[in-house]
Amino acid sequence: MKARSNFLFHAYMVAFLAYMLLPLIVMGGAAFNDSRFPSVYPWVGWTDRWFLDLWNDGRMWVAFRNTIGVALAVVVMSVPIGTAAAILINSVGGTARSVLYGFMIAPVLTPGAVIGISTLLFWNKFSVPAGLHLSAVGQTSYISAFVMLLVLARLQSFDRALEEAALDLGASHAQVVRRILLPHLYPAIGAGAAIAFFQSVENFNTTLFTRGTYDTLTVYVFSRVRSGITPTINALALILVTLTIIGALWYEISRRRTMRRLALRPAPA
Amino acid sequence: MSAAIELANVCADFGSFRAVDHVNVTIKAGEFFSFLGPSGCGKTTILRMVSGFIDPSEGEITIGGQNMRGIRPNKRPTALIFQNLALFPLMPVWENISFGLEVRGVDKQTRRAKAEELLRLVDLPGSADKSIAQLSGGQKQRVAIARALAVEPKVMLLDEPLSALDLKLRQHMRAELRAIQKRTNVTFIYITHDQGEALAMSDRVGVMSHGKLQQVATPQEIYNRPANGFVASFVGENNIFTGQIETRNGTTATFRTGCGTFRALLGPGVTDTTPSKLYVRPEQARLVDAPPAGANNIPVEVADVAFEGNFINIQVRNGDGRALVIEARNDGSTAVPPPGSRFNMVFAPEQALILADEAAPAQGRAA
Amino acid sequence: MRDLIRRYGAPLAGVFVVLTAFWLLVLVILPYLYLFENSFRPYLPVVDIGGPKDVYSLNNYLTFFESPIHIYVFFVTIIYSSVVTALCFAIAYPLAYYLSKVATSAVVPTLFLLLLIPLWVSEILRSFAWFIILALKGPLNYGLMGLGIIDQPVRWMSGFRSIIIGLVYTYVLFMLFPVYNAVQSLDTNQIEAAEDLGSPWWRTHWRVILPHAKPGIASGAVTVFMLSAGSILVPTLLASTTSRWFTEIIQQWMFESQDWNTGSAYAFLLMLICTVFVTLVMRVFRVRLSDIAK
Repeated sequence: MKARSNFLFHAYMVAFLAYMLLPLIVMGGAAFNDSRFPSVYPWVGWTDRWFLDLWNDGRMWVAFRNTIGVALAVVVMSVPIGTAAAILINSVGGTARSVLYGFMIAPVLTPGAVIGISTLLFWNKFSVPAGLHLSAVGQTSYISAFVMLLVLARLQSFDRALEEAALDLGASHAQVVRRILLPHLYPAIGAGAAIAFFQSVENFNTTLFTRGTYDTLTVYVFSRVRSGITPTINALALILVTLTIIGALWYEISRRRTMRRLALRPAPA
Repeated sequence: MSAAIELANVCADFGSFRAVDHVNVTIKAGEFFSFLGPSGCGKTTILRMVSGFIDPSEGEITIGGQNMRGIRPNKRPTALIFQNLALFPLMPVWENISFGLEVRGVDKQTRRAKAEELLRLVDLPGSADKSIAQLSGGQKQRVAIARALAVEPKVMLLDEPLSALDLKLRQHMRAELRAIQKRTNVTFIYITHDQGEALAMSDRVGVMSHGKLQQVATPQEIYNRPANGFVASFVGENNIFTGQIETRNGTTATFRTGCGTFRALLGPGVTDTTPSKLYVRPEQARLVDAPPAGANNIPVEVADVAFEGNFINIQVRNGDGRALVIEARNDGSTAVPPPGSRFNMVFAPEQALILADEAAPAQGRAA
Repeated sequence: MRDLIRRYGAPLAGVFVVLTAFWLLVLVILPYLYLFENSFRPYLPVVDIGGPKDVYSLNNYLTFFESPIHIYVFFVTIIYSSVVTALCFAIAYPLAYYLSKVATSAVVPTLFLLLLIPLWVSEILRSFAWFIILALKGPLNYGLMGLGIIDQPVRWMSGFRSIIIGLVYTYVLFMLFPVYNAVQSLDTNQIEAAEDLGSPWWRTHWRVILPHAKPGIASGAVTVFMLSAGSILVPTLLASTTSRWFTEIIQQWMFESQDWNTGSAYAFLLMLICTVFVTLVMRVFRVRLSDIAK
């Protein structure tokens, strides 16, 4: 009985993985098919012309540049904000902590459309027009929460006595933070920056409402699918998926290496 | 370069709980001073007040003649050895040691040289580039001490530094710490709940209970002339007799107990009305066949004997079944008394103390 | 607060406070308040703003309540989002159980990596992939016809079918991971104890595993519902002639009509329903906000 149910489970897992990954493979495959409408069947012929079209697509490059720009801006804003918020909330207790925590998590639980519209309206009041800057601001409002959560988790493993020891030895508060606290937090800050970057790149809902007339990659793909679709989009998709897979693999491998290194170190006496 | 520390009427309140109650003591420059007491007696609070992490609610703390009120921990001439050592895990040994110099802007070469010099002082030559995780417990201890010494503090504060070590290492480190203190002549303030440690290492000991200093004296005085019942019980073993003072005669008195009436020395501050008890240490009582005339004497029967090597622990009972303890040196002259044999337990009046009970802990804030 | 100053000194503490205040006030609280306030004001040309015509009223909300179509779309969105949530749970729960209790621990990290890949690929691409697959001349139809299961190509993109399929695909992983975490934390001994006492597998799940997994299920349900109700990409890309999603209406107000005020009101209604759902789930499952945020 156990063996049979185990087999069913294994089969279910495989089926689910196929369900998850096949669509991506199909989408990628269509990038090579010489057919005007993206498809894998019927297979007309092997071609790389969609990739060439993509390379020559100026609008795509502009969207790409914009996406990177916004993502970098988001990282620059959300990492200090998230770190500061984590340090602050870690030193506060009781009801103040719960209230602050609620406000910080709220943007994560808010639909992207609402974030986008509220950002647009608010800054419009100060005569700030829609554009990529607003997209960065809107995205920061909820991406900072991710950074905050990562840094806060890392703070739990920080021994406060280290700060006191440094103070006792004569360090100024700035030195304590720079030499003792931040080095401990760097792994979380690094992870937060990576998460912030990728979350920003893939954001759509908030960007849609705040971007004004500018394109980002996600908006570009969206408008292309709606207007006139050719497999250049598939080519772009395949490139992005491949980059994602490489990024994910690299992240996972480096994470495992770090875990192994930490596990090998003798436990502190 | 060391300094004297003066605590004048120092109190520490946490809400309505008074952790430190009017502590007055002057610790001499270059002295090894211990605060001894059970957990919760306030000794850690005193240490944190001297180092600056807690402000006293009342009273003044003076170091080297300078009042420390309002001076933050990073500006005080003190160095604290934490109970969990708080060595910086991401820095190698030499950077840990020279951290205090680094924050003062000393250049790298000088810092490195100073770190190596201190490593030799604490007997860890060649460990400069090791990581903290590679060190043993005792080695980490010494690095922590070196780190503190690097800033040339006037006062070293040590928070139960040996409590996490195993027995052999603890004994070894006791001697080491004492040696380092003598070598550097820095004032050491040491807190511990281990009476053996405090007595063995200190020039003077301050015994604390419930936030109050019960007695400040040399180790011999603490042991031989405890000021009250708490100090007597906390340090060393006792036979304790409840009873009443019958007559007084200058420095001695007669004390009537359920086991008999005995002559003994009066402890400080004992009046006819203060509740008091009689204390006799096991090693100061003897078992004899015939008691000398006028001596304090209790007829007893041997209940149990434990041969512990260099001394013999003898449990006895008197006529009413009251249990008492005698400790005899194993110097070959005394035979081990068999259980059931009858003797007289005698002790000299000079070796018995009538001591007042500890004053009741303050309830809430003192008016 | 005092602890913060004591720990880091006044200047640094000030920096932390300012940054956090900037985030919470300027990026979160004030915009939401402004959204709320704006939803009560009429859509006016710039010159009239602040003038006599600029009065607070419920008009924008009334526009919603007086429009049967909009109300219909609103409820349809909620219902189908709930359907998606339920489907995601049905699909994800056996998997979560498998990953945490059945699979060998050597294989789990690799499986997770494979599962994480679709998540890292952005939502737009996931929706687009299904756009291709579900097309009339798409591979799904060809595959099914080839296998002999159907004779004629099925028009997948009709009604709300394709949207539900797309939403489930896009968001099922958001249900899987929290439920996995919750089931993982259950001591396997409890399951074995239940079996040992004679409990059939479905009872063990119902009485032992599911209750323990409540926080994870709540977290997943909240996430999937909110993402579905607030989704723009999937309902637009996989739309059919008869389907409409509430977010599309918001878009119309904002972009086609340029009526940001009514758009705010509708956006606020969307936020309201999400908050209500979150609170409901928290009550029913008896979990707190901090459990969900993981």
